[in-house]
Amino acid sequence: MIEAHQLTKRYGEKTAVDRLDFTVRPGTVTGFLGPNGAGKSTTMRMIVGLDAPSSGSVTVNGRRYAEHAAPLQEVGALLEAKSIHPGRSAFDHLMAQAYTHGIPRRRVEEVIEMTGLQAVAKKRAGAFSLGMGQRLGIAAALLGDPSTVMLDEPVNGLDPEGVLWIRNLLSGLAAEGRTVFVSSHLMSEIALVAEHLIIVGRGRLLADTTVKDLVSQAGGDTVKVVSADPARLREVLAGPGVDISGRAGSEELEVTGMPARAIGTAAGKAGITLFELTPRTVSLEEAFMELTQDAVEYHGSFATAGSAA
Amino acid sequence: MSTLTTPPAPADARPAPGARPAYRVTGGRVLRSEWAKLWSLRSTWITLGLGFVFLVAFGLIAAAQFKSRYDSGHHMDPDFASSTALSLSLFGTNFAQLALGVLGVLVTAGEYSTGMIRSTLAAVPHRLPVLWSKSAVFGLVSLVVGLVGVFIAFPVVGGIVSGTPAAQSLSDAGVLRALLGAGLYLALVGVIGTALGALLRSVAGGISVLVASLMLVPGLVSLLPSSWQNNVEPYLPSNAGQAMFTLHHDAVTLSPTAGLLVFLAWTAVALAGAAWRLMRTDA
Repeated sequence: MIEAHQLTKRYGEKTAVDRLDFTVRPGTVTGFLGPNGAGKSTTMRMIVGLDAPSSGSVTVNGRRYAEHAAPLQEVGALLEAKSIHPGRSAFDHLMAQAYTHGIPRRRVEEVIEMTGLQAVAKKRAGAFSLGMGQRLGIAAALLGDPSTVMLDEPVNGLDPEGVLWIRNLLSGLAAEGRTVFVSSHLMSEIALVAEHLIIVGRGRLLADTTVKDLVSQAGGDTVKVVSADPARLREVLAGPGVDISGRAGSEELEVTGMPARAIGTAAGKAGITLFELTPRTVSLEEAFMELTQDAVEYHGSFATAGSAA
Repeated sequence: MSTLTTPPAPADARPAPGARPAYRVTGGRVLRSEWAKLWSLRSTWITLGLGFVFLVAFGLIAAAQFKSRYDSGHHMDPDFASSTALSLSLFGTNFAQLALGVLGVLVTAGEYSTGMIRSTLAAVPHRLPVLWSKSAVFGLVSLVVGLVGVFIAFPVVGGIVSGTPAAQSLSDAGVLRALLGAGLYLALVGVIGTALGALLRSVAGGISVLVASLMLVPGLVSLLPSSWQNNVEPYLPSNAGQAMFTLHHDAVTLSPTAGLLVFLAWTAVALAGAAWRLMRTDA
């Protein structure tokens, strides 16, 4: 459980994190989304006490991170940049972390196995590929058997197999009842694994929602139906959970909560001619882009032209 | 037993409250971790080895040089002619202090340049135990290297220069104290390096300040008016430190004890600065 209250971080004039309020709950994967420079990494650094908030506070399981007797048992974190000494082997790195908490050697071997690093554990970590480095970071995060796992952009630069591995790992950790907090700037990555979403832009909270709500809020699941007899079609389709809208005098209806296939079948049974039956696919990516449009730090000129058109 | 398994996790893998192992960060464990970190890097072995070789080899070379010049009756400049077995065997301290000081800087600043510091401080968010542990571990290691070095160098040098005016034995007044002082000096240089690395968070910056304060500042002070010089010079880190292991003290140098106290004070200042920066600034 992570709780942020009015969490703020200022660097001189620039406010990197601006009065964030959010709660990350156990048992599900919570995605932390935002464009580059939205303050995600800074927020995560404040959670584990590497950066001190300018004002506000953030607690982990009810206490500030530093106040825990065994911090690595509360939060296991993979931060954005490499946090290892390249001259030390993976095993020695994990062992040095383990010593601080009295974590036994057995556990170090366990996380090495879990992350598939057995073959390279005794090699210098500086020679690791991006994917190996990421696995080592995750091994370190899992070392203390933490109740909260926090990963900053874990799939960055991973091959498809690695991405799948992380996805399964995250779901597995959440299923074990842990709090899983994972950041990304790509909605497509997060949507596959997260249920809950915390979306930020320019340090501000833009949305604290679920994947499901975000989709419906953005007008997903809507089917556009053009028919000869919209009034009768309305009656035919009406039912619990189905929302139908349309302007009077228009042949067009917007139906939410019913798949296109079911609408077509129902219309066919009722003998209503359909001219058009179009599912409106609003991707999560579009919903996310719309939400963060004003918060992106640097627009490409192409994107600007596109959104202006 | 750990409850963490590779996903997909079985439903019964939920961490049961109370079943989790009771881990805890303690000062001793942080010390243990820093000890392991020091020895798991190749640069430690190389630099310590280098420091040790400097310390012993330069003493032996100086002694051999002295002996051959004395035997052949070559002219020696007055400084070198007045050498003792002690001063010859400690000839290498100047070089060994560089190796140990630089390694001290690497112990702390190296963590900032590589990013390791994030892992370190995430594990020990109280932070200060990390600084104390690093200083203690590295100070102790430097002390051992220094003591072993000078206690190997002195008897060998003594053998080389026996029969010359430089001959001295361990039982001569002040010799044992000076050898211990040299070991302690090297240990404190190591600690100062560690503190400077933590204070400046930059390997290059730490090494520059270390070299400047031990080797360049004394030269600069000679530009001051001589009345100031006599008041300032003895208290400089380099001179106070040297007072710890020289036999003959004149009016303008500190006594060994005073030298030790002044050098300890410099070490404390560097550590205090490092502690302040560690607690005050984001990692």
